[in-house]
Amino acid sequence: MKIAALSLRNWKEIVRDKLNISFGLGFPLVLILLLSFIQKNIPVSMFELSQMTPGIIIFGFTFLSLFSGMLIAKDRTSSLFMRLFTSPLKPSHFVLSYYIPFLPIALLQAVFIYFVALLLGLNLNINILGSILVSLPAAIMFISLGVLCGTIFNDKQVGGICGAFLTNFSAWLSDTWFDIDLVGGAFAGVAKALPFYHAVEAGRFALAGEYSKIFPDLWWVMGYAIAISALAIWIFGKKMNYDK
Amino acid sequence: MIAIKTIDLSKSYKDICAVDSLNLEIQEGELFSLLGVNGAGKTTTIKCLSCLSKVNSGDALILGKSILKNAMDVKELISVSPQETAIAPNLSVRENLEFICGVNGFDKNKARNYTQKTIDTFDMKEIKNKQAKKLSGGWQRRLSIAMALINEPKILFLDEPTLGLDVIARRELWGIIKNLKKKMTIVLTTHYMEEAEALSDRIGIMSKGKLVALGTAKELIAKTKSKNFENAFISIASEGGKTK
Repeated sequence: MKIAALSLRNWKEIVRDKLNISFGLGFPLVLILLLSFIQKNIPVSMFELSQMTPGIIIFGFTFLSLFSGMLIAKDRTSSLFMRLFTSPLKPSHFVLSYYIPFLPIALLQAVFIYFVALLLGLNLNINILGSILVSLPAAIMFISLGVLCGTIFNDKQVGGICGAFLTNFSAWLSDTWFDIDLVGGAFAGVAKALPFYHAVEAGRFALAGEYSKIFPDLWWVMGYAIAISALAIWIFGKKMNYDK
Repeated sequence: MIAIKTIDLSKSYKDICAVDSLNLEIQEGELFSLLGVNGAGKTTTIKCLSCLSKVNSGDALILGKSILKNAMDVKELISVSPQETAIAPNLSVRENLEFICGVNGFDKNKARNYTQKTIDTFDMKEIKNKQAKKLSGGWQRRLSIAMALINEPKILFLDEPTLGLDVIARRELWGIIKNLKKKMTIVLTTHYMEEAEALSDRIGIMSKGKLVALGTAKELIAKTKSKNFENAFISIASEGGKTK
């Protein structure tokens, strides 16, 4: 009941902010349209819908970090949080209440992007559902990153870190905009040590129906998701216990 | 019965001693005002008593429960209305009240009943569906106090509840606070001397983290041989307790 009440409040805070909706759905929409038009004029295999759509979904998830981080950072400095910290709530109640409302938003984002991809010519098949499900660990990882940043930084810093840095950083290192193996060297090494590239690869394999190949890429993503979640929950718990 | 008992309660921030060996007893059903100039230690005392700040030494018993050993039990007994208005701005008045019911673990039926009762008690029928951020300052503060009361706490901390309100809104809130007297123990901090005088059963004056005077308004006036309570307060606060 306590988690449901907190989650419902967070859900309402997110969806009632029109900027959240326009950024979370608008940016990926613009990108998929833009890159599809480029693909039609100058065919590049990377921008084929079967390759690009899983990457756009992961890019869209970066906004989950921004939204969750901003919500927590603002909440932490509000008097409402002071009130809530004096009520019989545990850190786990708070942390879960930030994850729960963002998961359906992630699902909505993925469904919306695939819907647009279908309109642009992607073949409808059951693997779309598989690709959406395979992308969910990445959604959890991005929400965790937001929870972590929102717990540590203030809302202005979260805006810079999750809004500007993370969106660009994860996009460059995700193999969505350009082939990281073409860059090679340390750049490719760093990209493959981080989860963004693996999240896109796992989504692509699932969309192609090659489920036997989604691992070890999905292990990377799940590993990062678990590690970042654990860190976020631990730091939030520490901060909640006598933050002031 | 003693509602609050502090035992050598001390809290420091780096080199600044915000609360210095505070020993205080507040009886059940009493409305106790804690006064002092800015930085005297009033809000820090409330934060310690409501388990928001970790004390450096000493302890406090809230209806017999230690804030150090039984923080979760203490949180079941208390409610805090912080200095700033503590509401969820994007939620309506009704949603805010239902949210706090949920946070306190009320089931759906109980939440609905308590919300309706609170809307009626606080005369908020006409604004119940209005978003909290669109309310006037007075109504926001009224909602904030209503949210602190909805779980029927045994002890209510009101930290400068009428700060920044116009005279009419302030008098309306006085009426609400007067109605709460005897129903629960109330600890009030305020900078308005007439407020403390009008509402309190007893008054404690803090200076530099220490409790320097204690008594009814009349007793403190008599002690300082002042014309009125404001002069008595100035005399005590400026002398740092020499009149105790």
